[in-house]
Parts: sequence; C-alpha cells; structure tokens
Amino acid sequence: MAATMALPARSSAGSRLRRFVFSQEGILLIAIIVLFVAVGAYNQRFLSANNLSTIFLGNAYIAVAAIGMSMVIVSGNIDVSVGSLIGVLATISGTIAVSGLPLWLAWTLPILAGMAISAVSGWLVAYLRVPSIVVTLGMLSILKGGLISVTEGAWINNLPEGYHLAQLRPLGVPMAVWFMIVLTALAAFWMRYSGFGRSIYAVGGNAEAARLAGIDRARTVFIVFVIHGFFAGVAAILFATQLSVIQSTVPPNLELTVITASVVGGVSILGGTGTVIGSTLAAILIAAIGSSLVFINVSPYWLRAVQGLLILLTVLADLARRRKRARHR
Amino acid sequence: MTAAVPLLRLEGIVKSFPGVRALRGVSFDVRPGEVHALLGENGAGKSTLIKVMSGVHRPDEGRMEVDGRPVDFGSPQEAQAAGIAAIYQELLLFPELSVAENVFMGHAPRLSWGGIDWDQTRARTAEILQSLDIHDLDPDAPVGALSVGNRQRVEIAKALSMNARVLIMDEPTAALTEADVERLFGIVRRLRERGVGIIYISHRLVEIFDLADRVTVLRDGEYVGTHAVKDVTEPQLISMMVGRTIDQLYPHRTANPGKVVLEAKNVAYPGTVEEASLTLRAGEIVGLAGLVGSGRSELAQILFGVTPASAGQILVDGQPVTIKSPADAKRLGIAYVPEDRGTQGLIRPMRIRHNVSLAVLKELARFFFIDRGREQELARRDIERFKIRASSMDQVVGKLSGGNQQKVVLAKWLATRPRILILDEPTRGIDVGAKAEIHKIMSELAAQGMAVLMISSELPEVLGMSDRVLVMREGRIVAGFDRAEATQERIAAAMMRSAQQERAA
Repeated sequence: MAATMALPARSSAGSRLRRFVFSQEGILLIAIIVLFVAVGAYNQRFLSANNLSTIFLGNAYIAVAAIGMSMVIVSGNIDVSVGSLIGVLATISGTIAVSGLPLWLAWTLPILAGMAISAVSGWLVAYLRVPSIVVTLGMLSILKGGLISVTEGAWINNLPEGYHLAQLRPLGVPMAVWFMIVLTALAAFWMRYSGFGRSIYAVGGNAEAARLAGIDRARTVFIVFVIHGFFAGVAAILFATQLSVIQSTVPPNLELTVITASVVGGVSILGGTGTVIGSTLAAILIAAIGSSLVFINVSPYWLRAVQGLLILLTVLADLARRRKRARHR
Repeated sequence: MTAAVPLLRLEGIVKSFPGVRALRGVSFDVRPGEVHALLGENGAGKSTLIKVMSGVHRPDEGRMEVDGRPVDFGSPQEAQAAGIAAIYQELLLFPELSVAENVFMGHAPRLSWGGIDWDQTRARTAEILQSLDIHDLDPDAPVGALSVGNRQRVEIAKALSMNARVLIMDEPTAALTEADVERLFGIVRRLRERGVGIIYISHRLVEIFDLADRVTVLRDGEYVGTHAVKDVTEPQLISMMVGRTIDQLYPHRTANPGKVVLEAKNVAYPGTVEEASLTLRAGEIVGLAGLVGSGRSELAQILFGVTPASAGQILVDGQPVTIKSPADAKRLGIAYVPEDRGTQGLIRPMRIRHNVSLAVLKELARFFFIDRGREQELARRDIERFKIRASSMDQVVGKLSGGNQQKVVLAKWLATRPRILILDEPTRGIDVGAKAEIHKIMSELAAQGMAVLMISSELPEVLGMSDRVLVMREGRIVAGFDRAEATQERIAAAMMRSAQQERAA
C-alpha cells in the first residue's frame, strides 16, 4: 500500500535483531531462558548439572525426530507414523545388539531401515499422490501391529557393554545432545542455503508454481521422506541407547510430541514456512517444562495439557502476526 | 433521477490502518437506478471504501447516510439489513451446497416450528432467478458444478434475496468469458431499471463506458472527482487515475523480426486444443486473442510443457524438440508467466529474493548451496529494473500489491534469460501504472531480440502491443493479422464467428 519508492536495500542489523526477537525462534529462546531462570530461582536443584543432563539426554531424540518432521511438514505433508517407526527401529537396534553382531551395525542398520520404510511412505505420497495423512496412518498401524506381533511384547535387556551411544559424554556433554546440536545446525544450514532446501519450501508453499519453475515436486517430496527416515533412525538409536532396557512397545503419543515440537517451533501446518531451529528449541522447551513441573510440585501429568496449551498459544501468536500484517493492506 | 435522494451517501470518509491512511476524506453517493463506477489504481482505496460501505470496516471520520438518514454499521449484517450487499471478486459460496441453499444461506424461510421451509426456499430462489431472466439455473444444482458465470449469478440472487437496494460489485468481469460478461451486463441493466443502485468496480474502462452512468475516481486514498460518464473520455479518466497524462498508452516500437525461433505444427491436447499451428520470430511480439475457452491458455501450456501435446510437433530454432515438462521448456529457453499468479506464479509465503531466484536455483548454486551474493544481486537488480515497490528484498511476496506481484513473477522468469517468453494475461487485474511499466519491459525485451507471445483478453492491449495478432477459436488458430491490418472489429469478429457461420459463408 505504501506507495513509497523505498530503496530496497537489505534490512539493517537493528531491524534484523528486532525481527529475530519477534520470530518464533526468538520467542522460544526467550521462553526457555525465562523458564530456566524462574524455575532455577524457585528451586536451585533444577539447574544442577545432573538435572540438566537428564532433561537434555532424555529428550534429545525428540528434537532429532522433529528435524525430519519439520522438513516433511514444510513440504506440505505430515507423518503420523513416526512414533511407531522409532519404536520399530529401536527394537531392531536392540535385537542386533544382543545378537552378537558388531555394535556399529546396531547403530547404523536401523537408520537405513528407517530410510527404507520412510521411502515407501514417501513413494506413495510423492508418486501415487496419496495424501500423506492417509499413507502414514496406514503405516502407523502396520508398524505398531507388526512390532507387537513379532516381539510379543518382550523387552530387550542384557544389552552389551558399550552399546549405550547416547550416554557417552565427550567433553562432559551427553552424546545425544551433541547429536541434537550438530544435526540441527546441519539441517538448518541445509534448509536455508541449499537449492534443495529452497525447493522444499517452494513445494510446500505452492506446489504448482514450483512445478512451473522447473522443480520436480514428486522427487522433492520423496527425498524429504527419505531424509525424514534418516532422522527417525538417528532418533531411534538415541532413544534405544539411553536406557538399559528397550521396551518393544511404541512410546505412547510420541508422534504427537514430535509434531507438537514442529508446530510450536513455528512450522506452519499448511506447509511452506518454518525452521528446524524452531522445532529443536520447541522440543527443549517442552522437555524443560516437563521437568520443571516436578520441581514446582505439579503433577507431571499436566505436561500433556501444557503441550496442548503451547500449540494453541503458537497458533494464536501466528494469528496475531498475520492480523498485523493484513492490516497493512 | 437527479432529484432523487441518494440511496447511500458517504461524506468525508477517513480510514487509517497502522502506518497507512487508506482513505483521506472520500465522498461518494449512489442514487436509485444508476450504475456508479468506482475507479482507481490498485491501492487507491477502492477496496477499503467498499468495505466501509458494506460494514466490514468502520470509518474513523465522516458521515454515512442511507435514504438521507445517518447510519453507523457495526458489521456486514447491519449493512445488509439496511439493503447494502457486496459481491466480492472471490465469490463466497459453498460449493457442496445447492443453488437455493446458497442463495438463502443464513436467512432461509422457516416453517412454524422453526425448521427450514425447503419448498419455499426453492420456489423463491426460482422466482428471483426468473426475475433476473436467468432460466438455465436449477435451484437444486450443487454450486461446485457451476461455471464461474453461473456462480456469480447465484451471488447476485443471494444479494437480491436479502432485498438489497445497493449492490456493490468488485471487478465482476475479471474471471468471466465474453458471453458471461454480456449476460452480466443484461442483469445489471435489469437491476438498474428496477431502481437498484449499483456500485461497479472495474479496471476495464470499456465496461465503464458501456455500463455506468457516473464514475468516481480515487487516487492514493483521495477523492479526485465524480463525472457523468458521457462527459468524460478514456484519456481523461486515465489521467485522473494516475495523476498525469499518459500521452502514449503503449510504447512505440519498430519491430525488427529476426529468424523463426519457435514453431508449433498442428499441436493438440484432447478437449481444448485441436491442431493449432504458429510461428514466433525473434524480436517480435505476437498477440494471441480469443475468447476464454478458445484454447489460448491451453496452447501456451502445451508450449511450456505444463500439459504436454498429445499430437503435433514443436520446433525450436528449426529443430524438433520434445517438451514434456516445464523443466524441459526451461532448458530450451522458454519462459511462461501464467495467467493466475496466485496459484501458479508465486510462492506466497516466500520472500521476493527467494521467488525471483526460484527458476535459476541450479545456476545460482555452487555445489549444493545457493550463492547468496549472486541471489541478492539478482533480486536487487530486478527490484530496480522493474520498479518493484517493496520495503526490502526480504519482504514476503504475499504482502505485495497485484502489480508488484506480477513484476516478481516476470522477474523470476526473465532470470532464466529466455529467448522465448510466453505471457498469459500479463496485466490482468493490475493498476494502470504497473501495466504501463510491464508494457515497457515487454517492448524492451522484444527490441533486444526476445520472441514474445502474449495472450490477452483486452483488445486494446493486443492491438497496442502486438506486431502480429493471431486469433484462436474452438482450439484452432483461425486468423492472423499484421499490425497494419489489425483492428478491434476484425479481431473481435474472428474471435466470435461460430464454426457454422464460417461453413455457411
């Protein structure tokens, strides 16, 4: 509307900082800091190294899974089977570990399996154009049912020495956290600066316009699902190797927690916008809230309600931002 | 008529939004039985004004009167109750529901116990349609199955079902075929005879001269003036809108056609294009005219590989080529600016910078990563070259005005450095200033040796821009004119003559 012939320069550093603070990532970062400071002031044990490492070690795999999920959602799709997938892959990993095969196989084969399974979903979505919600709902039942039938609900214990990758502590920081940080950084960089990353946003933002621009929609979606399978595989390894026992049941509602991290992280459920930095920050925030409930003597069962509240707050914040934008026209 | 109390009168309307004064003291009135056109570039405040009239926005200052009595609408419902209805560009209908259900949505006749009286609903819908001389619309037909023209008639019937006395029509012809436009005009005239006051918004000046009694011009939120249509000329209106005299509407240019770069031989696509042939030379602009549904856009989509040809041959530089996808066409140096920039042209949530580079990501990449410096340079250059009005290259394109969005689409395609440019309705729905800028760019490109194929529904644009004019009808190219021999009458005749007439002749 403003009919100014403004000099279209790149925005200044000041306005970029302001934009960051009001972005979803900025808000989440501030929320995390506020939470740690406030709960830490109430109960210092919350900030103890022990507790922090529990929070991060126990939840890093959710952030890792949310990286792949965010890519899927940005591309205009969704995967509701990721919880079952992680359950299956964790069991595969544990089974390999106790079978006496080399440990590196237990750490890598599940990743390949995750990519293969996700490739099947991706192929159906990308090339046969079946809606992803339908494909992955089907996949959810197949994986969950298959897992329980094959394992008959048995737990895997007696995991060999040295299997627990997630618990290693290079430089004193749990390996799971290293994975979370490094993978988030790599994925964020890849999404933002690579040609392929750009095409994910383009396909999710407007598939038809992307196709006319010469971007192969089907190929992009297919590859996104395969990459998502990779992250689900890594998440499964982190999940399996942080505990001394692998329950061969699917962690309940895991897919919802992962999707929540993406959405609260600012990934639009309609596709086309959002970052993996946002989803990782959201995963940290959710984990920290869960832990803080214990420290302020609130039943941890409230965590699910708090997650729901976060989703609604995110949607409201997004709405407010859109309103503000719309009013300028 | 002049003595009649206006149905609706606005005086000194001021409306501001954060950062923008959208209306600065606008006055407007509509009398019973007149068509009052509202004219202005995009961003002139037309949309805001009709939203004030229809109760969507409340004005900050100013008076509104209905039948001489002051009113203050708090909601669209209140405006409707006062007899003011608006038909927006995007029709707001429920595709799954029937015509009758849509017409009486929210105010259906009731039975004694409160249930909906379906017989009444159908009967009254049929009655309203009859009164508009619409006899081919079944009240029970689902709206989703109707053509755009018929859907619009449903919207009009809906307005009348609420006893609207003032009807606001926002660019009603933007998506209509020629035949539907004629019928719409018939309906509008019928409503005018009945004493309805019609506020008519359109970018097509021809329609205003055809239909309107008075015209009011807005510019940058300010009231410029109101005139009886018979007292003004087209150039006068244009200069009122843009605030300057456009002495040359279309850039003058001497064509210097080179060798043939694109040739289509009997290309076809089932149901839309039957054996169409054309040639396109370097350095010329060829206008492709035809009614909507004649296969114009479909032919363009064949040439660009959106819907690959089922038969026929395409040659680029004399070599036969296969174009199976837009990616193929792009590799051959063809670019296509689609008709619908919203659904086909732009990635709306993306920034200008990222939209402009979308078709050349591979060229901009070093290994897997986009060279940001070159991307920014591209965006900066395009924003200057096309005079794209934006706060920065990081602005999200969904927030730009129509004309600026179209420039972004054009910039995206020109970044591929095409030799053949296909433009489908390049200036539809954009303001006069942006339109002139796009025309200027087209002329420059042709002068640099690009072959341009331009589809347009606006005959003045076709005549003003083209070196040659081709006319399509019923899936075939049926006529061709050189610039010297092309006239509006000849082209229109070729567009509309039916196949039977031709055989009889």
